[in-house]
Amino acid sequence: MPGGQNKMKIVVCVKQVPGTTEVSIDPETKRLKREGVSIEMNPFDTYALEQGILLREKHGGEVIVLSMGPQRAELTIRESIACGADSGILLNGRPLGGSDTYATSYILSQAVKKIGDVDLVICGKQAVDGDTAQVGPGMAAHLNWPQVTYVSRFVESGPKELKLERMHESGSDISLVELPAVLTVLKDVNIPRIPTLKGRLNSRKVDITIWNEIDLGTDPEKIGLGGSPTRVVSTRKPDARDKHTIVLNGNASESARELVKILKSRIEL
Amino acid sequence: MKLNETEIADSYNDVWVLGEIVDGQVHKVTLELLGIARELADKRAVNNSKVVCLLMGSGLKGMETGLFYQSADRVIIVDDESLKFFNDSVYSSVVSRLIKKYKPEILISGATSKGRSLMPLVAVQIETGLTADCTGLDIDKESGLLLQTRPAYGGNIIATIKCENHRPQMSTVRQGVFKAIESDDTRTGELIVENVLEEEKKTRFTVLSEESYGDDSKINLHDANVIVSGGRGVKSAEGFEVIHQLANAVEGAVGATRATIDSGWISYAHQVGQTGLTVQPEVYIACGVSGQIQHLVGMQSSDLIIAINKDPDAPIMQLADVAIVGDLFEVVPEITKLLSN
Repeated sequence: MPGGQNKMKIVVCVKQVPGTTEVSIDPETKRLKREGVSIEMNPFDTYALEQGILLREKHGGEVIVLSMGPQRAELTIRESIACGADSGILLNGRPLGGSDTYATSYILSQAVKKIGDVDLVICGKQAVDGDTAQVGPGMAAHLNWPQVTYVSRFVESGPKELKLERMHESGSDISLVELPAVLTVLKDVNIPRIPTLKGRLNSRKVDITIWNEIDLGTDPEKIGLGGSPTRVVSTRKPDARDKHTIVLNGNASESARELVKILKSRIEL
Repeated sequence: MKLNETEIADSYNDVWVLGEIVDGQVHKVTLELLGIARELADKRAVNNSKVVCLLMGSGLKGMETGLFYQSADRVIIVDDESLKFFNDSVYSSVVSRLIKKYKPEILISGATSKGRSLMPLVAVQIETGLTADCTGLDIDKESGLLLQTRPAYGGNIIATIKCENHRPQMSTVRQGVFKAIESDDTRTGELIVENVLEEEKKTRFTVLSEESYGDDSKINLHDANVIVSGGRGVKSAEGFEVIHQLANAVEGAVGATRATIDSGWISYAHQVGQTGLTVQPEVYIACGVSGQIQHLVGMQSSDLIIAINKDPDAPIMQLADVAIVGDLFEVVPEITKLLSN
């Protein structure tokens, strides 16, 4: 039985992403400049992590944090442990680099198989750098497990199945999923806790497991740049916006009149 | 699956649109996709490419007609009670099986929550690549490959992506980017009916009930041409009333910043930005929004940005096309009044 009587073995996937430290707008293009020198945990993953910890507190078991990335992604894993995760695994190796979402979800799913007896994988809705939202579902497909995406609420949780609310553009639904399963969560599910001092101290001492492609036993044809079906062929800056800002700073009714004129020239009202 | 050149040239053609049904109707994004699918198929005429719409759901009788009017050459309908609710497991099994059977060269879907849940499952099941949330699609003149363009890093980089050796080439496409072509009621096409197999209905996932926002279009930010958004300057849940009134006047949706959601003034479904939705309406009216980067990345690609703020130096005022310096509680009701007359 996975994880033993009623206990849950939960894997939370986290990604280290470029942080946003300050906002500035490029005067030439009127586009955002992101002076992203810092790094941080993908914001959506903080909700995935908190949900894993909440479920462990309810059912017992363990929360294992899984991340693929460069060596420094260890920091994000330690931060997760400071918040309450039990252990962490970093997937790191040169041949893993350059993987697209197909290859990444394959590599992560191999790690879940290697961990063994996992009841639940929780991911954030998407990472804020790539913005694809494809890795969670990709893992579900590689593992051949059911998925529940865009989870906004845990209605009921038992050790064998979960009752969940999903949110979509035109409404929401309530669903039941048998475990093991893969979930992707929205920020509505919980309010992430802040690391305790004890957690911080503990996170410095814990050994982070590091697995490379050999440890994972991945098919060399399915990983990295070479194993990725998609390839980025070019990148460019977004088109510049109109540089000119019309500033209206008269009284409210003057500004409103002026704005309505502009609106009517642009859209049907 | 990975293929060699002969296999690709020999067996894969047609541009498929994965249709979406919302509240018993064909979703607007499906019609937009048929428009771009027509262009792509015409550019792949050398391959005798057809536009095919795959429509799945329950109670779809007669819906093919409208899809033919919008340029579909062929409609494949899968009409089954098991498809009444969106069940990722059932839907993906059916789509993957039909792809293997008919071998489309290109498969596109709306980058809606359903599209973005279903397509990555299908892509892995049939071993091909998928590009998320595209804002541009074209055919490379030399190679005949699909060029998929998408923003990343919060819209700060635009990347063009190819899928060379795997078929179909798959993309989810952002709503509102492409235009539906004019409906032509003289067009007809071929209707194919497919079924859901019994084993495909046995899943470990079940949707129990569904709740629709129904006519409350103020929540559906993706469908809206105009979004009126409130930030911290709105001050309270009651303060959002003026935002709702302006949204009514422009028949738009109501957006909000993270701060207002965290304060409990409005629900999460309205959140625009990094941990909410990315939107690209024709007009975005930001009221009392300072313009934190986490909000700006969710709306900076809007066609026309209007900001109303007391602080002329707020970041949103620099990004805006029209910056109104003033108290939103004075300016916004004035705008609503003028538009309502």
